[in-house]
Amino acid sequence: MPVAQGARASHNLEAWQDPKARPIVQIENVTKAFGPHYAVDGISLDVYQGEFFSLLGASGCGKTTLLRMLAGLEAPDAGRIIIDGTDSTLIPPYRRPVNMMFQSYALFPHMTVEQNIAFGLKQEGASKAQIKERVGEMLRLVRLEPYAKRRPHQLSGGQRQRVALARSLAKHPRLLLLDEPLGALDKKLREHTQFELVNIQEQLGTTFIMVTHDQEEAMTMSTRIAVMDEGRILQVGSPSTIYEYPATRYVADFIGSVNLFDGRVTGSADGLLFIHCDEVGANMAIAHGEPLTAGTPVSVALRPEKMVVSDVKPDKDANVLRGIVSEIAYLGDVSIYHVELPNKTLVHVQLTNLARLTSSPLTWEQDVWLTWEPENGVVLQS
Amino acid sequence: MMPPPVPTRAPGPEGAVSPTFLGYIWRWLMGISFVARVRGLAMGTVSWGRALVTAVPFLWLFLFFGLPFLVVLKISFSQAVIAQPPYTPLLTWLDDGVMTLRLNFQNYILLAEDSLYWSAYLNSLRIAAIGTVACLVLGYPMAYAIAKAKPEWRVPLLMLIILPFWTSFLIRVYAWIGILKNNGLLNNFLIWLGVIDEPLPMMHTDFSVLVGIVYSYLPFMVLPLYATLSRMDESLLEAAADLGCRPGRAFLTITLPLSMPGVIAGSMLVFIPSVGEFVIPDLLGGPNTLMIGKVLWTEFFANKDWPVASAVAVATLLLLVVPIVRFQKAQEESAKKAEERV
Amino acid sequence: MVRGWRSFVLFSVLAFGYAFLYVPIFSLIVYSFNESRLVTVWAGFSTKWYGALLENDQILSAAWLSLKIAVMNATGAVILGTLAGLVLARFGRFRARTAFTTLITAPLVMPEVITGLSLLMLFVAMQNLIGWPEARGMTTITIAHLTFSMAYVTVVIQSRLSQMDVSIEEAALDLGARPAKVFFVITVPVIAPALVAGWLLAFTLSLDDLVIASFVSGPGASTLPMVVYSSVRLGVSPQINALATIIVCIVTVAIVVAGFIMHRQEKQRLNA
Repeated sequence: MPVAQGARASHNLEAWQDPKARPIVQIENVTKAFGPHYAVDGISLDVYQGEFFSLLGASGCGKTTLLRMLAGLEAPDAGRIIIDGTDSTLIPPYRRPVNMMFQSYALFPHMTVEQNIAFGLKQEGASKAQIKERVGEMLRLVRLEPYAKRRPHQLSGGQRQRVALARSLAKHPRLLLLDEPLGALDKKLREHTQFELVNIQEQLGTTFIMVTHDQEEAMTMSTRIAVMDEGRILQVGSPSTIYEYPATRYVADFIGSVNLFDGRVTGSADGLLFIHCDEVGANMAIAHGEPLTAGTPVSVALRPEKMVVSDVKPDKDANVLRGIVSEIAYLGDVSIYHVELPNKTLVHVQLTNLARLTSSPLTWEQDVWLTWEPENGVVLQS
Repeated sequence: MMPPPVPTRAPGPEGAVSPTFLGYIWRWLMGISFVARVRGLAMGTVSWGRALVTAVPFLWLFLFFGLPFLVVLKISFSQAVIAQPPYTPLLTWLDDGVMTLRLNFQNYILLAEDSLYWSAYLNSLRIAAIGTVACLVLGYPMAYAIAKAKPEWRVPLLMLIILPFWTSFLIRVYAWIGILKNNGLLNNFLIWLGVIDEPLPMMHTDFSVLVGIVYSYLPFMVLPLYATLSRMDESLLEAAADLGCRPGRAFLTITLPLSMPGVIAGSMLVFIPSVGEFVIPDLLGGPNTLMIGKVLWTEFFANKDWPVASAVAVATLLLLVVPIVRFQKAQEESAKKAEERV
Repeated sequence: MVRGWRSFVLFSVLAFGYAFLYVPIFSLIVYSFNESRLVTVWAGFSTKWYGALLENDQILSAAWLSLKIAVMNATGAVILGTLAGLVLARFGRFRARTAFTTLITAPLVMPEVITGLSLLMLFVAMQNLIGWPEARGMTTITIAHLTFSMAYVTVVIQSRLSQMDVSIEEAALDLGARPAKVFFVITVPVIAPALVAGWLLAFTLSLDDLVIASFVSGPGASTLPMVVYSSVRLGVSPQINALATIIVCIVTVAIVVAGFIMHRQEKQRLNA
């Protein structure tokens, strides 16, 4: 799982940690139900000026509903939404300083690219000269000047995506909402566009809130991510926090791949938590901030790339698992090993292929030992 | 039709004024939420624009489609008189302000006792049913063939199905007179072929009425069938073939069941209006072709008996309530499906 | 794909079906050029029935009345049908929705004799109560036609609206256009083909209707189908054949042109 560390510019990077910073969006206890089903269930969230914030979750987790409530396209059943200091809960979409980029792009099929971009400005009653200037600026921003007179159906998918972006940015929104902005693009174009979108966001300094189901996309682009499931937020944090310190099993499992072991706390010392996992019959020592009372049921999460595989029995008695290699998936840069423990549990381990494949010492049906450092595991309380 | 003014009296301690009959109907139609809606308007949670957009077509249809049935229902309980209008009022005011209601069931008793009406009803149902089946037998293969045709052929073929519908219905029915009558085209052609020596009496029979119905309503059968057949995923049949299902069997086990919504919609669109058809039995049918639409027309225009005509209308409507409700359900479902697809 | 005898059977049914649909129309056209009064005996080519038709004041004035009614009806039906289509396609569920859909779909299948009779009864009752409509004629026929043709228009427009990407309208709202403006600037242009189709449909339905007009019409107001009907009842008349030919020609040209335009638009959409 590549994490784009340092891809983000440093200006006001950590606004959410500054006690004086005032959030541009405050979501307070917002709830929305469709019939008996709660799409959004009591969510509270602050987003700060200049952030590129992602709402990440599987489809049906309520992320799009939350985004639509920010746009004013749905009204919350309860709770408040404050945008830029104004209670906007019941303000209709056409009076909000917020614009949205739709998943389908929602370009007006009967208007040219130019007219699409100008639409929002016209509604403000901007003068012809102002509109012309701003439309030109936007076309330059998304590099579509030669296509100004085209209709949406004469554009490629990537070009339409850029028109949609230009249109939603034309009015200088205080907040831009993006609903799966890259969802309709093919893989290659998507990776390219991710960086383009981040660059534009940094250039303009506008606050972006993006909805996505693609964890890789969220990790590369965002300053912070909120992981959602069943209408609730499970964890909010920077991409690295979410990846390295997932708060729940769901988050650990959803972001990247992870091996989970259930066990009980047996004791703690020096910031280490001792855990016995009955199932796999192993003792583990994991670094954990606060001590837990013995007997507490916990899960230990181990990322595949945080373990070491060896064909030599290590000289430790904690943080060791013994098994046999049952599958090897060669992915070029890395290889994924499926190691089967004596109780048939499969553990995924990822090794970087430093040397050529042929020289790899590990092979099928081989006895191996898995080890890891205490700092590399995460203890999750259920 | 309007109810008489409610006698003005001081509201009792409970302060209730009994709602009028129309008031009941109105509240039933608008649902209980009407009050909530008005409150919502006042509070700004329901927009005025939306309310207006809903109210205009709703009121129009209520006034010119819903209300007229209530008027017909009322008149069906009155007696024919030679007056203007030619029926007796149901409610009369006596001198002392007492209101009397006289319901006259005579018209319905007549309908039940006179075999003319019974046979007209049964005959309408019979002819409409046979016509519907005939439309289905002819229309299904046509719709299937169009759906399977090369894409560039589909639009022109469909257009050819729709085109006659845009030309005058009356004139198209009229065309069959020239074809079916004793010295008409069809008989002349058959005699010329030597198939028959004497002209076949085809005009003014149930056969000619059926031809007229199939001819007039065929597009209504083909179009919904085509719509469901063309939407069907071709890969379903490929999957069936891949799993070893022969084409004929695949048609019976996959295509046919999946096209049932189209079959139902098409059949209803043919059957329901055919039952009440007037022009076809009048122009192509004979004196023995009794159909309920024609009976109603005669009661009204020839006998000038409005109450009996109204009773015939009410009875016909009762007869058609079940298929109409069925049709509406199908409509709702297909609309829902269409929305889900988007 | 269909092969062999099955495709032969399908082809035969299709051919028979189209012959069944078109032979009567062609026979009408051919015999409109017949010299003889007898529609079934060919006595030589002549256009005299067209001449007679153009001098038939009764038919001409009825046609004019029918056209006026059809235009008013089509325009009104598109307005009412668009509103109703909007309610059904966009306003989601509301309590009275069932009543609303019942009122919308019932006219589609209601036998004409019942619709006609009940509307007449209503007009008579209203006349007795509030003195309106004073006389039956063009106004009452238009109201009656509007009532049943708006149901057809509603179905056409509702289906177009529910196929349309709702986020286009939401995007316009989001960019600052008020709902009414969104409707006129975004929705109407996008569904324009459906509006045209609805207008033409309502126009034809009105022009075609005999039964309802016969009920709600008054003395002196005869629409074209009413005149045609009374003349057809008396027997076959070559003037009616001539009239039919003219109608068929107009409709064919209109349909072919409309079809061509729609086909081109569809192509453009697919190329996108």
